[in-house]
Amino acid sequence: MTQQNPHFRLLLAGVAATGLAAAGPASAELVISNWDGYMAPDAVTAFTSETGEAAEMVVHATNEEIMGKLIASGGAGYDVVFVSSPFAEVLHNLDLLEPIDAGKVPNLVNLFPEAAALPHDPGNTFSVPYAWGTTGLCYRSDLVSPEPTSWNDLLHPAEAQVGKVTLLGTDRWLLAAGLLAHGLSVNETDQAKLDEVEADLIEAKKTMLAFDDTTFYSKLVSGEATLVHAWDGWCNYGIAENPAIKFMIPSEGSDLWVDTMVVMKASGNKDGAFKFINYILDAKNHAWAAENILYKVPNKPAMESLSPDMAATYPNMGMAPADLVALEQLRDVGEASRAYAKAVSAIKAAQ
Amino acid sequence: MAPALLWLTALMVVPCGLILALGFFRRGLYGGIDYTFTLENFALIIDPLYAGIFLTSARIAGLATLIAVVIGYAAAYAIAAAPRHRQPLLLFLAVLPFWSNYLIRTYAWIVLLNREGLITQALRMLGYEGEPPSMLYTEGAVITGLVYNYLPFVILACYAPLARLNPELAEASRDLGASAFTTFRRVILPMTLPGIAAGAVFVFVLSVGNFITPALLGGGRFQMMGNLIYAQFLTANDWPFGAAISMVLIAIMMGLLTLQAIAAEKGAGERREGANG
Repeated sequence: MTQQNPHFRLLLAGVAATGLAAAGPASAELVISNWDGYMAPDAVTAFTSETGEAAEMVVHATNEEIMGKLIASGGAGYDVVFVSSPFAEVLHNLDLLEPIDAGKVPNLVNLFPEAAALPHDPGNTFSVPYAWGTTGLCYRSDLVSPEPTSWNDLLHPAEAQVGKVTLLGTDRWLLAAGLLAHGLSVNETDQAKLDEVEADLIEAKKTMLAFDDTTFYSKLVSGEATLVHAWDGWCNYGIAENPAIKFMIPSEGSDLWVDTMVVMKASGNKDGAFKFINYILDAKNHAWAAENILYKVPNKPAMESLSPDMAATYPNMGMAPADLVALEQLRDVGEASRAYAKAVSAIKAAQ
Repeated sequence: MAPALLWLTALMVVPCGLILALGFFRRGLYGGIDYTFTLENFALIIDPLYAGIFLTSARIAGLATLIAVVIGYAAAYAIAAAPRHRQPLLLFLAVLPFWSNYLIRTYAWIVLLNREGLITQALRMLGYEGEPPSMLYTEGAVITGLVYNYLPFVILACYAPLARLNPELAEASRDLGASAFTTFRRVILPMTLPGIAAGAVFVFVLSVGNFITPALLGGGRFQMMGNLIYAQFLTANDWPFGAAISMVLIAIMMGLLTLQAIAAEKGAGERREGANG
């Protein structure tokens, strides 16, 4: 970024400005970008009727998609954006984020103390956690015995499970499975260690069914797969359909992922943006995500308001914040992200 | 001419030029673009890993093309040989799958091929009790998906010259003592070669850059050029490298399309000469 040619920057700014002029939303209307279905469908209209702030919700499919747009436009055109914490770190490093004004977000007190002391942003200076969780093994307890205990049960499964395991295909999590199996950090940047993990994951390809980031829980339900690498919240979708499905965190540990809300420095209505974050942090509003998408939210009164049946049906929903933050948080790996991408390409290309 | 040229420039030449230019810069630390000139993105393409991905793509696309041409040519031949009044209906049926979305058609194969899918269920109903066969997430599944999706292009491309073929030529060949096979090989096939070439180039070009089919039917186990480009733009955030691979792919496609255009032109020239002579 340091050697950027000013002419190109000007050209980009010009393109961005034309785009904005063409889109032309009312000047003070808040633009909130989130994953589709990640908050209540009526959240924006309810927020508007409660606060009088006009707002519009747009969706992004992946962190990378919204990052591309934010970096190209310098954040212009967006007010509140939902991104995973490593990406919030990047936006912060690029100086695109407005510091969170705690005075304007009184509901920050609802956060668990652990959620206000996350390694990527202690004190919530530039990001506010929206949902958090971990990654582990999701399996059919009626078809997998003995029950899995280690990441190696996924990477090098027992005979009966061969061809019936799936791995997440997204860079960070795919490599995390291998890194954790080798007792390494999920944020490892040492090339030799990454190479070692790459070789092991290539070996793991021989015993797996497929890489799957989106339909692994339905593969468990149908019996096409019996043991899958899964995010806790998504495993719950399988449990909802078949109670024999269970989630466990391997003995080597796992990652802590955190999805956050950030306010763009380029926002024309920062007060409105803080009001929106405050609205989401309201216990009742924040509980929506836990109740409807079965993700843990870092909001104490929201989690306490959940019916006890929930933790009974979905044990991972009852995981204590202290246990969650004991796991290693996924952090931005900077320049090593290129090595991560290359390792993943090599794993997927290996025959 | 001028509006067409303007349209082509604005929507084709300029975007391609921008992608080409992007290929000569560095990836910024955080995924943006660092505007310092470099050739390293193009140099990376000969890295064994990426060159290997290219060869895999070429192999998969090549096999899909071969199979699609054989099936498509046979289908086009059968349609052209059918009674003339029934041909429009048969052609319509051949292109009917295009009325539904590519993704839906690809998902349909997942429903058919997966371990607990329709084929396995049908086998079980017939009394099969063993371990279901592994059909999905194999190279065969990827090739099947590509052949299925692009077959109509071959049928259409081969049907045109086959339907135009003067039946008297084949009759003359037979009268002069050629067997049915020789007539096909020496008369019909050469005259319909431009259609085969057009269909084959279509299938190859569309297959080699495809990323949906390997992702869905290959379960991500097969990395093709399209997947590599997708990953650079959407997960690795390395736009310059993605742009460099895209340019290489575009150059290959343009080369093939040019060859095909030359062949078609040559074929048309020969037909004209034949008609005049």
